[in-house]
Amino acid sequence: MLECRELTFRYPNGVSALNGVDFAVQPGESVAVVGQNGSGKTTLIKHFNGLLSPTSGVVLVKGRPIAGAEPADLATTVGLVFQNPADQIFQSKVEDEVAFGASRLGLTREEVDERVSQALAETGLSSVSASHPYDLTLSERKLLCFASVLAMKPEVIVLDEPTTAQDSLGVRQLVRIIGKLIGEGRTVIAVTHDMEFVAEVFARTVVMREGRIVLDGPTSSVFQQRDVLETAYVKPPSMGRLSQRLRLAETVLTVDGLVAWVVGQVGHRLGRAPS
Amino acid sequence: MSSLITLDHAWYRYPGREAEGEAESDSWALRDVSLTVESGELVGIVGRNGAGKSTLCLTLNGLVPHFFHGDLKGDVVVAGSSTRSVTVPALIKHVGVLFQNPFEQLTGVTDTVREEVAFGPENLGVPRDEVESRVDRALASAGIDRLSERHPFELSGGQQQRVALAAVLAMEPSILVLDEPTSQLDPVGSDEVFEVIGRMHRSGYTILVAEHKIEALAEVATRIVVLAHGKVVMDGSPRQVLTKRELLEFDVQPPRYTTLGQRLADRGLRSKGEEPLTLDEAARMVSDLLGQDHA
Repeated sequence: MLECRELTFRYPNGVSALNGVDFAVQPGESVAVVGQNGSGKTTLIKHFNGLLSPTSGVVLVKGRPIAGAEPADLATTVGLVFQNPADQIFQSKVEDEVAFGASRLGLTREEVDERVSQALAETGLSSVSASHPYDLTLSERKLLCFASVLAMKPEVIVLDEPTTAQDSLGVRQLVRIIGKLIGEGRTVIAVTHDMEFVAEVFARTVVMREGRIVLDGPTSSVFQQRDVLETAYVKPPSMGRLSQRLRLAETVLTVDGLVAWVVGQVGHRLGRAPS
Repeated sequence: MSSLITLDHAWYRYPGREAEGEAESDSWALRDVSLTVESGELVGIVGRNGAGKSTLCLTLNGLVPHFFHGDLKGDVVVAGSSTRSVTVPALIKHVGVLFQNPFEQLTGVTDTVREEVAFGPENLGVPRDEVESRVDRALASAGIDRLSERHPFELSGGQQQRVALAAVLAMEPSILVLDEPTSQLDPVGSDEVFEVIGRMHRSGYTILVAEHKIEALAEVATRIVVLAHGKVVMDGSPRQVLTKRELLEFDVQPPRYTTLGQRLADRGLRSKGEEPLTLDEAARMVSDLLGQDHA
């Protein structure tokens, strides 16, 4: 679906942000990209929809180099939700903002309206559809950016720090929306610092350090690599740290997982104990 | 002796809100808040976005009502003075506020971390020698002495937030108010800031910190105040507040360690109560449950 080969990127001021990244995402995968501030995460995902062009290396979308792709084709393939809503919002009404991208895809008016109301419903913004985006709270504005991308129905959705500025209810809502997208077979990639969110949602995790990928694999295996994680300044989620403290053979990442493990241990002991 | 901070039936409404035809009680950002904070406490303020956490922070250094105007009812007394009757510069000597985003706090006009941290006391007219020694102490407290000659905008988010914190400390307030100080930071930057918060507390500062990172807060706070719709709805020790199931009614998640304890109690694997709050306590709980081989 998406692939980078030997991707490097240097900003005009000479700062080298990506130093040879090889990365491929298959359709239907859910991938978290984690790492310290400045490790290259955002620079990497800005290559996925052509916002940045590589200094060297190639980016392929559905097997074709992104360099020659039409922006309109790309827009229905890869949708990027920015970290800061101010970078994305420019209409004066919530529903117009959501309709903006979708109405440029050659759909009928009815189809656009349908998509807009669906995207607003999914993000819980239906009741503020007539508001001015700047009358919304920051967490609502972030969901609005998400809704605008959902209305385009891209095959790949890329989110930059979706959980910042969200309270626990906002995070739950994101978990629900993204879980649904993954369930529908959509490809979702998110850059995030929120390891609890990673543990709950993403099957695969990529760890970046100094413009390189240092770990890439199933989320539970990645959080097992404590030495590498430390060099990348990444910390496992709370249940991961607890299972490491308890020296579990596998790193368990969620409360559900840890409850199941304790229940298993207790059952095992009961079975073993003389009656 | 009177408390360091006293809010007595405080109500606050941002300007313009009364004209929007909302129900009278919905127009207030703070509603009948009574709260006293004693010297040396580390109070965690939690609650949903929009619950009033930031407004409460702004009330303590007088930006509410002096800068934001609006209607303030009831009394807010900080370090012996009603915030209504003293100016913001006078309050700043007692209360330092650190905001979410270091970018909004750093002046943007200085070339080095040292100059940035000196900016506040210099503008208060503090003598040169005194400024220098304050800056040295503030840099050391925030753990950034080695960054003193770097440009503030070349630093990582965690480092910038510690520069902003050092700038606040150089004003030598006795009260620190931190409004989601780690929300823009990566986990390591966030740990760094919490480590400094713990250290400042141990060295005698009174600290109020609004934060969503409940696991981190549970490690350092001596008290937790829950706000919902501008009201104080829970107030007590972290154990009293965070292990109560009613916390969820206010859309605040307990630490995951606490949830684990509750879930194991629900399964009948341990008796209810005494839920763990921290990693250490959770590890001890599971070890006790399974015997010593997981200590």
